Amino acid sequence: MLNDIAPMLLSTGQDVDVGITGYFCYHLFGQELYLTDTHVALLIVVAALIIFALCANRAIKKADPYAPPGKFLNIIEMLVEAVDNLTRANMGEAHGYKFSNYIGTLFAFVLLANISGLFGLRAPTADYGTTLGFALVTFVLIHYNGFKYQKIGHITKLFDPVILTPINIIGELATPLSMSLRLFGNIMSGTVMLGLIYGLIPKLILAIGSPVLGALHGYFDIFSGAIQSYVFCMLTMVFISQNFDEG
Amino acid sequence: MGNITNEGLILACSAIGAGLAMIAGLGPGIGQGIAAGYGASAVGRNPGAKGDIMSTMLLGQAVAETTGLYSFAVAIILVFANPLLGKLK
Repeated sequence: MLNDIAPMLLSTGQDVDVGITGYFCYHLFGQELYLTDTHVALLIVVAALIIFALCANRAIKKADPYAPPGKFLNIIEMLVEAVDNLTRANMGEAHGYKFSNYIGTLFAFVLLANISGLFGLRAPTADYGTTLGFALVTFVLIHYNGFKYQKIGHITKLFDPVILTPINIIGELATPLSMSLRLFGNIMSGTVMLGLIYGLIPKLILAIGSPVLGALHGYFDIFSGAIQSYVFCMLTMVFISQNFDEG
Repeated sequence: MGNITNEGLILACSAIGAGLAMIAGLGPGIGQGIAAGYGASAVGRNPGAKGDIMSTMLLGQAVAETTGLYSFAVAIILVFANPLLGKLK
């Protein structure tokens, strides 16, 4: 009796699939390339951000400067002030305001990309290409500002103790690698964990245990995603502002 | 049960290797726990500085996590994009 029922109840929900799916194959410069769900999810994230930005722009334009701001305008002002305070606290009063645009955009983008797993998308930051792109932008910013504020000293400090030159160079190159791997690893581990849980839990338990799954989604998608986007922005600010010191 | 094929052996050993690689998760766990403990005691001593303590603690924990994430990358490569299977030919 139990032998008949058990396989039915214990059959798993679906196959474990945590990889990237390619939808559309095309050829470019002799390479076989795919339009993957990362691109689709990124486009959805960008569309959501653009819609939010248009709404905010319209609210700001229509605002009456002599009246107290409405609810939506108040929230926008709070967000902008929070980003301004964050950049000024971490990069100093002199330089912080120049980077608040970039940091705010980066934070909104990474945060929305991280929590898009909650809406049934495969999180775009669980693809190493996306996070490497973010980290390379940071790498370029670090060295652009290094040359801007320290001139040739940005090169000569690599040779400060001559014996340690290779270690210094490797340390500079490891920065984007570790930053991108940190974001990728955290989001990918959440994706893998949720994929395994969805794949291994039998259908019966899946129906009963949805509060547990909700809690797991809350931890892996929202908590971990928010922490990691905050950490990514913090590291970007710290690494860039290291180069402001010796002007 | 026939003989074990070469690919089967490589896949089995890769799965064991991926599991072994994730033992490195011990280190970041202990390190982050220590950081969180000192963060909690710092907040207890100076509750006014909670925001600064929090952001410093999170930054330190994120950096301490790096070694665990390297091992996670190794495990993922072994399971989903095994480079050893290509060396069979």
